[in-house]
Amino acid sequence: MLRDTWLIFRRDMLAALRNPTWVMIGIMQPLLYLFLFGPLMVRTVQDQGLTETAGWMLLTPALIAQLALFGSSFVGFGLLAEYRSGVVERFRVTPVSRVALLLGKVLANALQAVVQAVLIIVLAALVFPLDAPVGGVLLCLAIVFLLAVSLASCSYALALTLKSEETFPALLNAVLIPLLLLSGILLPITAGRAPDWLYTVSRINPFRHVVDVERNSFGGDFTMDALFTGSVVVLVMAVLSLWWGTRTFQKENA
Amino acid sequence: MITARGLERRFRRKGRTGGEVHAVKGVDLDVEAGELVGFLGPNGAGKTTTLRMLTTLLEPTAGTATVGGCDLLEDPLGVRKRIGYVAQGGGSAPESKVADELELQGRLYRMSKADAIARGAELAEQLDLNGLDQRLTKTLSGGQRRRLDIALGLIHSPGLVFLDEPSTGLDPQSRANLWDHIRRLRAEQGVTVFLTTHYLDEADALSDRLIVIDDGRIVAEGTPDALKARVNGDRVEVGVDPEQATDAAEIAGRLAGAQELSVDGGEVRFRVPRGDVALPELLRALDAKGIAMLSVQVHRPTLDDVFLTLTGRSLREAEEAGRAA
Repeated sequence: MLRDTWLIFRRDMLAALRNPTWVMIGIMQPLLYLFLFGPLMVRTVQDQGLTETAGWMLLTPALIAQLALFGSSFVGFGLLAEYRSGVVERFRVTPVSRVALLLGKVLANALQAVVQAVLIIVLAALVFPLDAPVGGVLLCLAIVFLLAVSLASCSYALALTLKSEETFPALLNAVLIPLLLLSGILLPITAGRAPDWLYTVSRINPFRHVVDVERNSFGGDFTMDALFTGSVVVLVMAVLSLWWGTRTFQKENA
Repeated sequence: MITARGLERRFRRKGRTGGEVHAVKGVDLDVEAGELVGFLGPNGAGKTTTLRMLTTLLEPTAGTATVGGCDLLEDPLGVRKRIGYVAQGGGSAPESKVADELELQGRLYRMSKADAIARGAELAEQLDLNGLDQRLTKTLSGGQRRRLDIALGLIHSPGLVFLDEPSTGLDPQSRANLWDHIRRLRAEQGVTVFLTTHYLDEADALSDRLIVIDDGRIVAEGTPDALKARVNGDRVEVGVDPEQATDAAEIAGRLAGAQELSVDGGEVRFRVPRGDVALPELLRALDAKGIAMLSVQVHRPTLDDVFLTLTGRSLREAEEAGRAA
């Protein structure tokens, strides 16, 4: 299974390297947010008494989470294309491990998400004042990796279940927009500033905790309190998503 | 190589109306090693569904089968290792290079990297794909892509290969070329070939033996010649003046062994065991009655006649009915 996973991983990575445009287009959205929305947001939090650096420290890790959220959720499209061209069936008729067909792809997506995250952090650090410890950045990247694994698995499972280029993006958008707004990616949803009900609803959203842990680790806050909930949430999400994806890939006629 | 007993597949229909589609209704199959078997039937008859069951892609609702010596239900992995499968729509990724696809396919079949590359080059040579190894598959012509699909299916030198509608969408020249390759595959490497087709000429030109499926059931099997012999002789069409057609039909009906007589305007059609022998006699008899023969055609039985005899409709009609359904 390891060998099969490696083969599929290598295939997808080679395809991404052959066409790096997509990796670049993938980071365009967070970069636009960073440069066109960032200054506005930082000024707003400065009015609330935070320093400029603190403002950028809030936005940068959140944009990385957003990148993983959107980038990895749409990878199912690629699978649908492979399904249409018969590649999926061609692989399924070989003795290749079904789990490897999923894992290889998911790992390739997660690695790409990490590379994109590194690019964004480097760009942000070059242009804006950031004060992130190396350990924090690494932990932040590990969480991005797990988040991308979760979302890519779900995306593949969903694409293979729906098998439709029309319903797949419609459903994704319907799910992703509320997840995004309720995660506090753009403006932190705090008990003080948000209405009670909104705060409560956002606490139910697992991504909110992932965004929180991204911010805390990026800022170098390694206390149990800051990291525990989010880390557990992202681990549980990764395990459940991989389980769903594996089950879908192992089903006959998938 | 293949033994199947009572293979069945039902699909649940999506949507609120529900219901079930009984795509394959109990298929028995036997294919010996080294045979080139054609699986013939109209679109929607259950050919692809049967093939997908035999290649482990679809689990049968009922029935058993042994493919390449392995039990389909107990040991699907064993089956996968021993067969090659070339799907109807092919299976190459448009953005991948020919050589990369061949190598990956070989390695997915547990070959070493060196073996996969060597075997890929060998197949490219055999299937006239030389010099294309660095091309993206989307830049290949239809015939080249089809041959690449076949190369992908043969990378691990399987003893049994399934080809689903191999020549669909190819121009006549590429088709003829593909047929040569398929024939050679069997002749030179002793590969057992099981191919589905809804083209009568393809079934006729390629297969040692035909298995005819219609509406989810096997309706006949045998060599193309044996199947044709089951049709009652040659079809004769005689054109006469429409006013004399009834008389002409009466005369034709008196010929030894004449049957399936029909009249359509000035066209009298019937079957006789030997059209060439019956014609002179018919000509004399018509002449004696003062009926002039305006045209005449004698058709040797074709597989379409076979299909018509077996199912009561021609393959073309069956296709149209299938599309309308």
